[in-house]
Amino acid sequence: MPTSLHPQKVGVTIRNAVKRYGTFSALDDVSIDVAPGEFLSILGPSGSGKTTLLGLLGGFVQPTSGSIHLGDTDITHMPPHKRDIGIVFQNYALFPHMTVGENITFPLRARRMPKDQWPAKLNAALEMVELTGYADRAISALSGGQRQRVALARAMIFEPRLILMDEPLSALDKQLRETMQLELKQLHAKLGATIIYVTHDQREALTMSDRIAVMKNGRLVQVDSPKELHDRPCDSFVASFIGEAMLLPVTRNGAGLSLDGQALRSAHPLPAGNDLFLTVHSEKLAFAGPQTAPEANLLPGRVESCLYQGESVRIFVTLDGGQSVSLRLPSNHSGWQMMPEQGQPVTLALHPEDTIVVPKAA
Amino acid sequence: MSNASTPEERRERRMILLLLAPALIVVGLLLITPLVWMGWQSFRGPEGFTLAHYARFFTDTVYLSSFVQTFRIAFLVTIAAILIGYPIAYVAAKSQGIWPPIILGLVLLPFWTSVLVRAYAWLILLQRRGIVNTALTKAGVIDQPLILVNNEFGTVMATLHILLPFMVLPLYATMKKIPAELEMAGASLGGGGGLVFRSVFLPLSMPGVIAGSVLVFVLTLGFYITPELLGGGRTFLVSMLVSRNIEIYNEWGAASSISVVLLVMVFAIFRLASMIIPFERIMGTK
Repeated sequence: MPTSLHPQKVGVTIRNAVKRYGTFSALDDVSIDVAPGEFLSILGPSGSGKTTLLGLLGGFVQPTSGSIHLGDTDITHMPPHKRDIGIVFQNYALFPHMTVGENITFPLRARRMPKDQWPAKLNAALEMVELTGYADRAISALSGGQRQRVALARAMIFEPRLILMDEPLSALDKQLRETMQLELKQLHAKLGATIIYVTHDQREALTMSDRIAVMKNGRLVQVDSPKELHDRPCDSFVASFIGEAMLLPVTRNGAGLSLDGQALRSAHPLPAGNDLFLTVHSEKLAFAGPQTAPEANLLPGRVESCLYQGESVRIFVTLDGGQSVSLRLPSNHSGWQMMPEQGQPVTLALHPEDTIVVPKAA
Repeated sequence: MSNASTPEERRERRMILLLLAPALIVVGLLLITPLVWMGWQSFRGPEGFTLAHYARFFTDTVYLSSFVQTFRIAFLVTIAAILIGYPIAYVAAKSQGIWPPIILGLVLLPFWTSVLVRAYAWLILLQRRGIVNTALTKAGVIDQPLILVNNEFGTVMATLHILLPFMVLPLYATMKKIPAELEMAGASLGGGGGLVFRSVFLPLSMPGVIAGSVLVFVLTLGFYITPELLGGGRTFLVSMLVSRNIEIYNEWGAASSISVVLLVMVFAIFRLASMIIPFERIMGTK
């Protein structure tokens, strides 16, 4: 029977983690629970603290205060090499003077595993990333995607309790990146390992994750499933960061809502505060027609321009109130049938279920 | 491949040659000519062409022992430079903020003092009633003054001091290029500090060790002042063999042949080293 790899399924608990450099807070009171076997993405712009959080988990950064548990083990002050966490670094960090096989078996060597057990493990790891037969290759002879796989195999061969990935796909071109996203997702489904994945690419996070933690200025802003995050952002920062969203300032009108004087219906309770924004995703907008639900909000406007983008046409519309939104029509036959002319007056429909209002981010 | 070149290309080539001409003339006059002259001298005797100067390598035992001693001292200096230079370069490469320029500055500081002055300084430090011996005697470590100078030890010590920067600088440059993530990766994969250093950092710093070693070794082979001043007649290196042949015997032919042999050996060492790492890296241009 061939050996296969069985990562341990262990949860992660971060409690009130703070990291200060002088007066600057790189991490400000971060608490999160990652379930065993979960794929959690940490999403945020550069400088939001996601790399610091990763360093904290990996043991390369010591927290100013707070604690980290891996399962039941307190790893807050444990040195990196004792943590049993597999890390895939942004630039892979493969050892350039070692072969593929030597790279992948490094963790076994570090753990003083008897050498006769190496080949079975190595073969299982190579098979997992579909690089069977590559053990004796030099790292310099590999393509970007292959290096990525070697880094993955090396981080998994010792069946770590947790796998961290720091923007592992950012060095690949778009097409390969999308292929690797699917492969990683399948691998996660097959292995069931707990994975924490750092990225600044919201699309990547939406595609791959069970849950996404959005970071800003060293704080966790929202931790939710991709769908919740996309459809129910907690504030204007998350709303603008996720998806192709436009934020239109709206005002509270009694219990209701008004956009440039026009009353809007929302199926969701309004957030507190007075600085409110309507979050409009282009896919939630449609041209009003016979099939439009009677309760839908109707927004009159005028077509500004149409932008052909291959699979779809993006149509920019200036609402009568002066605000600008966009929607898409598929570039198929029926799409072209509906395509408006530039300058044509149109009415857009937005369903109350899709009428999402967020408060201004702190 | 086609040999046909357009008039523009030919004109451009002539232009480049013209621009290079001053440099080529200087190199030709000051470097190539003396070398050719030296080579020609080494084959010239009172009756024209002769191999007598080279025959002496096989008949005169002083020649052989001088070359053996030169290589032994060069080897000792190189080993000592690695042992002392590696930790210095390591600390400089790993430290943060203002420390790297301070450490490298201290390494380079002796460069601004003449070799002669430094050789005499070592003489003062190491002599029979010098500072080192006096301190050690007063501290009760030794009863009799140690013989630290007028021997190979003194020569190695002073030469090492002068050539140490040639080891530290290439090492530092190589170490700086080793990405920090590699060591982080090693640690995350379970490697303790010792294993990560042995299996990741050390192998990746070897080009620096080789570059520094070649420079120090080759420079020691031709060193003159320190063995002359601190060797006390007990070190008789190749450079001194050359100078004695001229100063005492006025034997330009003999001196030239020794220089030619040494030069060939140095070329051979560079050739061997360049089989491991490219020549440009030894000289630090890459």
